[in-house]
Amino acid sequence: MLRYALKRLISLVISLVVASVVIFAVIEVAPGDPASFMLGVNAQEDTLAALRAELGLDGSKIQRYFNWVGGMMVGDFGTSYTYRTPVSQMISDRLWVSLPLALYALTLSTLIAFPAGIYAAARRGKPGDLTVMGVTQLGIAVPNFWFAMMLVLIFAINLRWFNAGGFAGWDKGVWTGLHSLTLPAIALALPQAAILARVMRSSLLDILGEEFMRTARAKGLSRRQALWRHGVRNALIPVLTILGLQFSFLLAGSIIIEQVFYLPGLGRLVFQAISARDLVVVESVVMLLVFAVITVNYMVDLAYAAVDPRLRGRS
Amino acid sequence: MSLLEIENLSLTIHETEILKRVSLCIGAGQIVAVTGESGSGKSMTALAVMQLLPNGAKTEGAIWLGRQNLLKQSEREMCDLRGAEIGMVFQEPMTALNPVKTIGDQVIETIPVHKAMSRTKASARAHEVLSRVGLPPDRFPLSRYPHELSGGQRQRVVIAMAIALRPKLLIADEPTTALDVTTQAQILDLLKGLAREYGMGLLMITHDLAVVADMADQIVVMRHGEVVESGATIDLLNNMQHPYTRKLFQASGHQVSLPEPPEPRPLLEVKNVVRDYRLPRNSLFAKAGQHRAVDDVSFTLNRGERLGLVGESGCGKSTLTRAILGLEEVQSGEIRLDNQPVFAGHKPNPAVRRKMQVVFQDPYGSFNPRHRVARLITEPFHLLESPPTGTERQDRIAEMLTAVGLSPDDANKYIHEFSGGQRQRIAIARALIIRPELIVFDEPVSALDVSVRAQILDLLAELCATYNLTYLFISHDLSVVRTITDRVMVMQAGRIVEQGETEQVFSSPRHAYTRTLIDAAPILPGIGANVA
Repeated sequence: MLRYALKRLISLVISLVVASVVIFAVIEVAPGDPASFMLGVNAQEDTLAALRAELGLDGSKIQRYFNWVGGMMVGDFGTSYTYRTPVSQMISDRLWVSLPLALYALTLSTLIAFPAGIYAAARRGKPGDLTVMGVTQLGIAVPNFWFAMMLVLIFAINLRWFNAGGFAGWDKGVWTGLHSLTLPAIALALPQAAILARVMRSSLLDILGEEFMRTARAKGLSRRQALWRHGVRNALIPVLTILGLQFSFLLAGSIIIEQVFYLPGLGRLVFQAISARDLVVVESVVMLLVFAVITVNYMVDLAYAAVDPRLRGRS
Repeated sequence: MSLLEIENLSLTIHETEILKRVSLCIGAGQIVAVTGESGSGKSMTALAVMQLLPNGAKTEGAIWLGRQNLLKQSEREMCDLRGAEIGMVFQEPMTALNPVKTIGDQVIETIPVHKAMSRTKASARAHEVLSRVGLPPDRFPLSRYPHELSGGQRQRVVIAMAIALRPKLLIADEPTTALDVTTQAQILDLLKGLAREYGMGLLMITHDLAVVADMADQIVVMRHGEVVESGATIDLLNNMQHPYTRKLFQASGHQVSLPEPPEPRPLLEVKNVVRDYRLPRNSLFAKAGQHRAVDDVSFTLNRGERLGLVGESGCGKSTLTRAILGLEEVQSGEIRLDNQPVFAGHKPNPAVRRKMQVVFQDPYGSFNPRHRVARLITEPFHLLESPPTGTERQDRIAEMLTAVGLSPDDANKYIHEFSGGQRQRIAIARALIIRPELIVFDEPVSALDVSVRAQILDLLAELCATYNLTYLFISHDLSVVRTITDRVMVMQAGRIVEQGETEQVFSSPRHAYTRTLIDAAPILPGIGANVA
């Protein structure tokens, strides 16, 4: 198990290095010079050169790559071109919104999807299954911003249980923070839960057709006992894959939801930075997201091994 | 009084009649074999006893276990009986165990489900039954996972699970079909011993008469969901009443007569072939290990000769086949067909490739279900430089389909419209259509019922006469190889340990391994001869 974890860790590091080179190269070839963008079209050539030097854009490409990577290692992501504040500060402010939001949404979607998927699989073809399948079909088809608007309409405007938008911050207590993230988390979680429930259902149905399920029944286990003891854990592998993909999506892909609820999250930061050619911010956020995705994949790999002894290698 | 008595059991699944008034009974300590071909209802009879029938099943009649009619028990009551009173062993040991739980957990699980004894006693019982089935916990700890065991060992675990609570009745559904002959013999011995020792009734479901002939007390022969004949083994075998029983028996020991092979002229020459596989590295810097699947193999196959290759799973048969077909390159040695190498300059040699064809084991998996038969059997044409077109192509298709006993009209059908035996005929037609010099048969009759197998063997003998076939016939079934080949090679752990005239090798084997194989193979008693 330890060897497996180490092996995966090595591949994680390699992926990170490759990703950083690719990100750097792509951003480098993207058109638009931040210095001329900041100073306008009429800027003098020497003013531009001075600004480039100040922004650290004048060194060789290789040197700039190593400066960038070296800086990131010690938490120095550089200074934003437009806001003139450290990027690390900007990112960490936003991360404190985006990360809890993603985790919150993921928890909700798991809590909805697992029972729904298992319930549907256990009642295949019966009304309970058909209901779950119908509802999840709807959940996949309807875009999450529509959910978001409906949630605002019902729970914020009519019932006044929540605020319609904005983030209260964590300094007023965990509860207040969570409270203001609840509606966005639900809006994010519903479509994800619908997908996850369907994956759980079909994966479990595959397992229920396996011969070891019949062996379990032949031992005297009831249908329900066999499902829980032998079915669910085997069905988890594809579910974990989807779960990992969803976390990555939730972390960065919630721009629309952040916009609807007016949340200061990472998605909006990237969006603003791209429009302002604030390449340092874009590079750093993208790298951070890549880091998050690769780390999550690593954890998913470890979870696979925890679930399935065949992946742990020879003992 | 009998332990299990099935009285006029009828079964329909979604209105389709599966079983018709089946009756049989098993006494304590008695072994009853239910035999018949696929679709005869033998497995459904077993599942009906377990009450694990598929959805939509309706039963009539009675299944008495002691004083209880199993058909009248509630699902809850059946749960109490399964595992405790009736144990069951399935066909496929590779998939019958949960891959994510240890064998210990899976054997122990049976016990607390029935609240039969305390945790510590349960664990002791698991130790005991695993030792009894030949997996002593000091060598096979309870913490092993199924994937760390071989097929035979897994089947032992399944048996240990089934007998953990000493059920009165053990049902074994084709328990050895997926195993090698030597493993099969061991598992059959184990089951027989358990039945005698614990006084268990054993209901054996099998398609192979030879497996049960020297083991069962009673034989029940089924066809199309009906019992056609039953009786004490000796009586039944000596005095078969029903024509189907006789047909089944004859088909099991079916013999064909091959035409005399012509003067030896080498066609395929295999010289000192070695095939290594790289094993995964144990650590980042360690040298990767090697597994030698084929170890210094040499033989010659003459034109018009029928050569057999036998050996157990993992012995290198398939690897050798792939090398001969030019699908994989070998590490050293040489394979030449008609004096040309099958691999030229790290690439398969197309000139040789078009002189060889292959027929695989699985008649269900080896065809693209979306193509019509005409397209399926003309696939090898792409090997030719100028494939026949138009009427010539149609004529070839018609000729081949006729040669394998089908009709030229079948060319426009899809493969799902054919039975397993017919599909294997189509596979043979596909191999024959370019008139290859050599055909490799890789277990071509292993997935077929005995009567269908007999027909395919007859077809091969006919084709040998008409087309002068040269083939390499790979099989784990010794009785088939014995009748369908002139010469045979025995392979063990990558090496050919013995080769010679088929009859000679079978009647006086020289190598110890050949003797083990022949001894382990179940044979029909000689009384079968006088019904022929």
